Amino acid sequence: MKKRVITALCVLFWLTVWQLGAMALNQKILLVTPVAVVKRLAELVPSIDFWSSIACSAGKILLGFAMGLAAGTGLALLSGKFSAVRQLFAPLVSVLKSIPVASFTILALIWVSSKNLSVLVSFLICVPIVYTNMLEGLDNLDPKLKTMAEIFHIPPWRRFVGVYLSQLLPYFRSASGLAIGMCWKSGVAAEVIGIPDGSIGERLYMAKIYLETADLFAWTLVIILVSRLCEGIFTALVKLMVKRVERM
Amino acid sequence: MDIVASDICKAFGNNEVLNGFSHVFREGSVTAVMGASGCGKSTLLSVLMGILAPDSGRVTRPERISAVFQENRLCENLTVSANIRLVTGKRYSRREIAAELEKTGLAGCEDKAVRELSGGMKRRAALLRALLAEYDALFLDEPFKGLDEGTKRSVMEYCKENTRGKTVVMVTHDRGECEFMADETIEL
Repeated sequence: MKKRVITALCVLFWLTVWQLGAMALNQKILLVTPVAVVKRLAELVPSIDFWSSIACSAGKILLGFAMGLAAGTGLALLSGKFSAVRQLFAPLVSVLKSIPVASFTILALIWVSSKNLSVLVSFLICVPIVYTNMLEGLDNLDPKLKTMAEIFHIPPWRRFVGVYLSQLLPYFRSASGLAIGMCWKSGVAAEVIGIPDGSIGERLYMAKIYLETADLFAWTLVIILVSRLCEGIFTALVKLMVKRVERM
Repeated sequence: MDIVASDICKAFGNNEVLNGFSHVFREGSVTAVMGASGCGKSTLLSVLMGILAPDSGRVTRPERISAVFQENRLCENLTVSANIRLVTGKRYSRREIAAELEKTGLAGCEDKAVRELSGGMKRRAALLRALLAEYDALFLDEPFKGLDEGTKRSVMEYCKENTRGKTVVMVTHDRGECEFMADETIEL
């Protein structure tokens, strides 16, 4: 409780600094006040366009994230099993980790339409994060538990859940938590470059073109909130899965 | 079915640990294997269990075995009762598992993750898992290691009661454990 009060006070402090700074600057194009941002957000929320933009971006970013989770996990399993696959993918994963999002996006625009750009970018961002974490989990599997399972003749499904999944889930949880936030950041950045119709990225771009700074801040706030919401929901689902596995 | 070890030899590099070990571990009796640290007790147990292949010699043992390993080999992220169910399946209800946990001084620990337990509690959980598994031969590698004297006594009594008439091979270097548990003692 005390921690929450302190956090709230810190947030309030920075909001005050922002408000006073904007008032002192008195240039709405450069910096709007938080009150103006909230007002603009209140105007945006009732419109259908607002929700359709969120749905459009969220759908694509989350699709890329889900595909990245599946591909990253699958590849990690293959690399954990076959060292040749690990060696084959090592340079690719290393490159994927270090390429800037902007380069990805411009390159991806050549391959796919701007409509599906955020799916591809989220996917490419998600894969190396999940792959690296899951592979670390696989490398840290306790081989003595395998012997234990053999001695007790634990059936395959129970062995998979109890022995392997229980050891891998903490890695999956941290990988997915990190990846979902990164997917939102990079997905929206890709949309700003590709400007697909009806996306949050397009809204941000338009706000920049027409110097509507309040819109820019309002949409940024929306991105943060939606990203945190997605992360919260997904983390809760994984937590539920962890609890079920823990209790078997 | 007896456990029969015939002329077992096992070496690690130049270190010859077992040299022509032979013994018949009688069905339905508890055999303690004693000896100083590093004399090959755990190696012998691993060979008897089939975890370690001997360099030469033969072991015959029943198909269904259970064990308390030198390390606990519990799944740290699972609860205590999940660790037991991992081995026993649905043979015991939650209530039955809770009752057995209570007898070993682990009352209320059924839903605790193993990583949250102390060393002694983990040891008891590992022992309980081994005792509740279906087996024809039980292998115990210093099963009471890390338990304080009071707990050790009650856990040993529980163990003795639950292994009566079973084939057990127990490795220990504690003479007291040996006298309390074993029908037969062999020295390495």
